Amino acid sequence: MKCQKCDKPATFHITDLVDGKPNELHLCEDCAHKFLAPAVDEASESLPAMAGLLAQHLAVGETAEELARLDECTCPVCGITFLEFRKQGRLGCPHDYVCFANELEPLLLNIHGETRHVGKVPKRCASNAEQQTQLIRLRRQMKEAVTAEDYERASSLRDEIRTIESAREIKT
Amino acid sequence: MDLQELAKSNGEWLRGSGPQSDIVISSRIRLARNLADFPFIARATDSDRDEIGRILRERVEKLHVAGRFAGQLIYVDVRALEEVDRKFLVERQLISREHAEADGARGVVIDPREQVSVMINEEDHLRLQVMKSGLDLTAAWEQINELDDLIEARVTYAYNDRFGYLTACPTNVGTGIRVSVMLHLPALVITRQIDKVFRSLQKISLAVRGLYGEGSQATGDFYQISNQVTLGLSEDELIKKVADVVPVLIDYERQARDFLIRESQETLHDRVSRAYGILRTAQTISSEETMHLLSSVRMGVNLGLINDLEIPTVNQLFIHTQPAHLQKLAGVELDTSDRNIERAAYLRRHLNGDRPRADHN
Repeated sequence: MKCQKCDKPATFHITDLVDGKPNELHLCEDCAHKFLAPAVDEASESLPAMAGLLAQHLAVGETAEELARLDECTCPVCGITFLEFRKQGRLGCPHDYVCFANELEPLLLNIHGETRHVGKVPKRCASNAEQQTQLIRLRRQMKEAVTAEDYERASSLRDEIRTIESAREIKT
Repeated sequence: MDLQELAKSNGEWLRGSGPQSDIVISSRIRLARNLADFPFIARATDSDRDEIGRILRERVEKLHVAGRFAGQLIYVDVRALEEVDRKFLVERQLISREHAEADGARGVVIDPREQVSVMINEEDHLRLQVMKSGLDLTAAWEQINELDDLIEARVTYAYNDRFGYLTACPTNVGTGIRVSVMLHLPALVITRQIDKVFRSLQKISLAVRGLYGEGSQATGDFYQISNQVTLGLSEDELIKKVADVVPVLIDYERQARDFLIRESQETLHDRVSRAYGILRTAQTISSEETMHLLSSVRMGVNLGLINDLEIPTVNQLFIHTQPAHLQKLAGVELDTSDRNIERAAYLRRHLNGDRPRADHN
């Protein structure tokens, strides 16, 4: 008997259950090996897995309304919504870890089995994390002002950004 | 940087020396880091990316005056490279495939020994990487930790006490560390034990990938083992997790080789000899077939079944027969069928008689 997937002789005779009905398969050693241990699609690993994980985690104990409300949560710094994060699997800025902290925690538990960092701490910690994220917000607002052709606002935002940046340059 | 010169050498990871280098090809540690005052890449505007690129290039390039990185660190503008050159850097494992294929301002800082590479504007603002030949995670960690400290003294990283180093993807948050060891496991593949090994590794949350990150049937029987978890364990614990499993895998592979020698030496010798024969005589050959056959030859050299070839030479053939390397070495662009002819010619030149000695760096 020939293998059903190639021309080599079939040495494996497998009965597979498809929708509860037995399905006879006659395969050579190589094809049986592939059939029994299907290759993991590594390329699809990060994004859809993340989206799947999120969907899975959110589906538990969340009503559609709660989910919809959650999806509309927006980071005040970078402007990403929780829905956008769920779709892309990538966060928008460091502040997302603050403003979505409660939503992220169960997800992190799922991925890492832990929710608290242990290990290296930068010697030069962001002494003023708020000031750092403020820069992200101001740059975004400036860009929006330019798009809206509100040049007066754009220019005052630019001054504000420069003040923070130069104060920081002096410190370092 | 002269990529043409680089093409002639082996690079660090295929140097073929270092502890356990018959089975362990290389040890690599990566760290993901982001600047505190910019959005993550997915959310960054073109001007943000330009600015991040400018700041980081300047800070990282300056490190050459500091400590162990004395000498030259070279910046390569990845966006400005030709496609073949970007692929070339991927083949050498100096940049990721994602970094090669992305759009927008991005670059990489490389040391000439190819142990250090710092990708700028990849998925995170910074992806530091240190690679060592053979099994040497301790040295890799010491070096990357020092590099990280040096960069950190010049920028402010996105970090908070609760979640650690903040990354664009929550799968990297915390330590941001990816520890990986690349192993050559042909005997476990031949004896069909490799899937069993994978399953047990997955149970202890270690990931297994092929040479260039592909799926379970890895090219050339090269497998990368790495940590999946980055949060809640320290860097030392995560390194130990990978380091502890490697000797077990080496032992399995050695046992499988012993078994093959004991139970079917003729079959094994035949397989190795045929592989060697095809590589020395083929007139046209694909990259996949080359990798597959070189894998048998590499094991044959390690087991003393081939006596007129050295491991660094075999390693060099692995990298030099990759599509982009082949074109860099030939100095012309070649389509697939011309590449297969050129590859066969290259192999015949290097495996028959007047073989130039491999570059040991």
